[in-house]
Amino acid sequence: MTNALRSVAKTAAAASVIALTAGTGAAMAQDSLTLGLQLEPPHMDPTSAAAGAIDQVVYANVFEGLTRFGPDGSVNPSLARSWDISEDGLTYTFHLVEGAKFHDGTDFEATDVVFSLDRARAEDSVNAQKSLFAGIESVEALDPATVQVTLSAPDGMFLFKMAWGDAVMVAPESIETITTNPVGTGAFTFGNWVQGDSITLQKNPDYWGEPAMLDSATFKFISDPTAAFAAMMAGDVDVFVAFPAPENLPQFDADPRYNVLIGNTEGETIVAMNNARPPFDNKLVREAVAHAINRQDIIDGAMFGYGTPIGTFFAPHNPDYVDLTEMSAYDPEAAKALLEEAGVELPLSVKMTLPPTSYARRGGEIVAAQLREVGIVAQIENVEWAQWLENTFRNAHDYDLTIISHTEPMDIASLADPDYYTGYDNPAFREVIDQIAVESDPEVRSDLLGQAQTMLAEDYVAGFLFELPLHTVAKTGVEGLWINMPTQATDLTGVYWDN
Amino acid sequence: MLRFTLTRLLSLCLSLAVASVVIFAAIEVLPGDPASIMLGVNAQPDTLAALRAELGLDQPMAARYLDWIGGLLRGDFGISYTYRTPVVEMIGDRLAVSLPLALFSLALTIVIAFPVGIWAAARRGSVADVAIMGLTQLGVAIPNFWFAMLMVLVFAINLQWFSAGGFAGWDAGLFPALKSLTLPAIALALPQASILARVMRSALLDTLSEDFIRTARAKGLSRREALWRHALRNALIPVLTIIGMQFSFLLAGGIIIENVFYLPGLGRLIFQAISARDLIVVESVVMLLVFAVIVVNFLVELAYAAVDPRLRAR
Amino acid sequence: MSHSQTETGAPTEQGTLAAALRNRNLILGGLLTLVFLGAALISFVWVPYDVTQMAIANKIKPPYAEHLLGTDHYGRDILSMLMVGARTSIAVAVLAVGIGMVIGVPLGLWAAAKRGSLLDEVIMRGNDLVFAFPSLVIAVMITAAFGPSATNAIVAIGIFNIPVFARITRSGALTLWNRDFILAARVAGKGSARISFEHILPNVLNLLIVQGTIQFSLGILAEAGLSYVGLGAQPPTPSWGRMLADSQTFISFAPHMALFPGLAILLTVLGLNLMGDGLRDLFDPKLRRGRT
Repeated sequence: MTNALRSVAKTAAAASVIALTAGTGAAMAQDSLTLGLQLEPPHMDPTSAAAGAIDQVVYANVFEGLTRFGPDGSVNPSLARSWDISEDGLTYTFHLVEGAKFHDGTDFEATDVVFSLDRARAEDSVNAQKSLFAGIESVEALDPATVQVTLSAPDGMFLFKMAWGDAVMVAPESIETITTNPVGTGAFTFGNWVQGDSITLQKNPDYWGEPAMLDSATFKFISDPTAAFAAMMAGDVDVFVAFPAPENLPQFDADPRYNVLIGNTEGETIVAMNNARPPFDNKLVREAVAHAINRQDIIDGAMFGYGTPIGTFFAPHNPDYVDLTEMSAYDPEAAKALLEEAGVELPLSVKMTLPPTSYARRGGEIVAAQLREVGIVAQIENVEWAQWLENTFRNAHDYDLTIISHTEPMDIASLADPDYYTGYDNPAFREVIDQIAVESDPEVRSDLLGQAQTMLAEDYVAGFLFELPLHTVAKTGVEGLWINMPTQATDLTGVYWDN
Repeated sequence: MLRFTLTRLLSLCLSLAVASVVIFAAIEVLPGDPASIMLGVNAQPDTLAALRAELGLDQPMAARYLDWIGGLLRGDFGISYTYRTPVVEMIGDRLAVSLPLALFSLALTIVIAFPVGIWAAARRGSVADVAIMGLTQLGVAIPNFWFAMLMVLVFAINLQWFSAGGFAGWDAGLFPALKSLTLPAIALALPQASILARVMRSALLDTLSEDFIRTARAKGLSRREALWRHALRNALIPVLTIIGMQFSFLLAGGIIIENVFYLPGLGRLIFQAISARDLIVVESVVMLLVFAVIVVNFLVELAYAAVDPRLRAR
Repeated sequence: MSHSQTETGAPTEQGTLAAALRNRNLILGGLLTLVFLGAALISFVWVPYDVTQMAIANKIKPPYAEHLLGTDHYGRDILSMLMVGARTSIAVAVLAVGIGMVIGVPLGLWAAAKRGSLLDEVIMRGNDLVFAFPSLVIAVMITAAFGPSATNAIVAIGIFNIPVFARITRSGALTLWNRDFILAARVAGKGSARISFEHILPNVLNLLIVQGTIQFSLGILAEAGLSYVGLGAQPPTPSWGRMLADSQTFISFAPHMALFPGLAILLTVLGLNLMGDGLRDLFDPKLRRGRT
């Protein structure tokens, strides 16, 4: 803050207030934090929308589930401090934490669990991940601190499922206004929402567990990469989670005022090809595309060197990952030969639909240039998320090529569905995926996962590009942030200023 | 005058009616189903149907139009599809940024344009006049978003005098709020000030060349006196018309500048609403902007007619 | 502006060419416009580098001998991009002006021929209505509805040119309808449609050329704005507005990426505006001060 500004501020009536707010307020008060995020949540209810932006603000901060994800993706106790599983794997008895209260002062009890789970799995539920609850047969409150969940079939992933943001605990007293005034049990209470700009969370003084170290946290929504850079440089935000402009990272890294955290997400970034219709129903054409793509150029050009190359639809940091990148190595001559073998007429004209993320838009331009070298002319069509979801992903699957990062954890099984937008229809692959779902022996399971990965690479189901990295830029002194993003979340419960 | 006012009022209402139909129809054409956007990638078909029913999206088009228009007339703009809050509140929040921004940049426009225009007119033909007119040519030609980018580079990133964007909020006090509107207001004002300065100058020169001024000058009135006593008042009419047009432009035209500085204003609301297919918000904001422009035009026309009775005969 | 011969407001006697040569605006504006048109035309036969070819290894280089204006974030030559981008700007702006003229001029002529009638009122009110729509917002809506493309940008910009040309044609035509030569034509039994096209149109042509130049420059600005927000011509077609949008995150360490496209827009629009002013002076010295 300049002296000139300060003298102006002093002459003003409320001198002290203005001087504080006109300066880089967040840096002065070391118990509050301002975070930048790209996407603003449409509303505040994580149990009625698939918008990851909601979880990004409220998961673990405002709302908690029976279990929760840790920074490494592990499933840990949360509102359920422990549980017993019956011999047959059908009955889960959850023992709830003592003294937990919702932010409106009501107690968190077993009936709230029954309410939350029954609401999520009800016929008219608008929960975006209803399949998480599909296996639940009944939910019963045994006493105020004990809940029994009965499943229709054993499910080794049930605790994992209960850790999702879509499965957090809500209260019947506050459900009516949850979209604008979320009331959870977390270490932060919902403060204020300036729509189009920011959301503020306040420390919950009555938190049942380890209290938060920050007094307040403000999420500022900055979708534009330039504005994100400028806001960080100008000190308007202390932390930017998933910083959208990788080209600016070296600058932050070289600057002692900032730390750059480089981690990974669960996002397999692929050039999806529509396997269900010509020309990409022909494996030879898909293989040609795979060889025409120069992964390293895309990682350098679109991601400025960040991102691990992948050769199949699986996260490389997963111990069961198999490196198959060589199968789709960059080889334009082989690509041309394959196109000739496939008998397609060159130049082959196709459409490439790109959603608005910068990895897709930039990667798309580079992929299009690379495909042109082998005689495939990809017409770029930039669309908004809305159109992408509707036309490409959900209904018509009206696309030839698209670029997208699949950020859900362990999502290889989604490709088994022939009605999925990829249109990949291979009974042998479905067989393997079905076996994985019921296999409990880790070694056999690992082997099966390897088989599934290899099948996808052999069939050239998509152009596999890279695992989407997670870049967090933080002011020096901000500690306790997650480095990786095993689920969409910005867990602030362990974040503090260390000066 | 009464008859003139009434016919103009009638045509104002007709214009608004036509505009509302056009806006509604245009927005119906927008692809993308709001319900599937709200529920995201893994939504189930039955969930989608339930939400569509809840939002009234399953109603026929005519019914939805009447519903919307009826609501607007009662001051009820409906509920946002994505934010699930009353649209009128959202627009109110955004107007609290866009309106002050438009007024701020209009004030800057006037503060820059008046002295510059008058000065240039008073020194017509001089080096200063030529230089000023050259600069205003540059001001008209510069893309305002590029100018905004350059200002961010210089004043926010390098000098760190201003924050690079965002809005401090009126709760933070008048000074921080105006400070965060300063760079955007300058970016918006520069081209408008250039236009207005040119209009000011030529309007002054026009009146200076009119007979009554010439007569006055022949009787010994100095050029400077003629300018300040007579020409300025007469030149104000075209200048005020332009200011009227500029105000509506500034209100709606901030859309790109609001994006450069990520201000939570009406322009950004429209962009967000279009990409989220929040149709009801788009409809209402566009209608509001059209309403503002039509009403401003109407007032300007009335003012004109009051000043110049010949216009009523048109 | 040049004022040497206008203190009296009287038209000069010199020939048009001599007047043109003494018109600084026209010369400077014409030169800038020629550079811009020339760059676009040359790009059809020759550019320093292929703009579809990427060289990732050579990305974000400041200007040097091999790349006079440096390279962008994909290693493409910025000079070549600007040259090809000029084509996009010209095509969009020219076609948008074309839409405005082809629809707006006949409407204006028609309204003037039936001045004072209900038809006149409807046409003029329709114009006001189009004017009342916030143009950028409508452009955003059109491109959102039909997908971003150069064609939709042309339509979106073109629609707002219609009332401009309709108004200027009507007001120009109205002053002509009372003139003797028009009365003579009416006495000779010519219908109003024929009079409009045979006698009125040629006499408002100067007005239209001047306005066309101004709208052309506005079209270039509008196209830049639309492609800046991603709603103009789509990649790989180079466009100045998108080059600016792409350059934004690099501005702090590679300002050349933002500088040159911005300057290209600025100079082109400046050139066209100066030329419009110059033409106005040339055609009608009395109009010169009426610029808004």
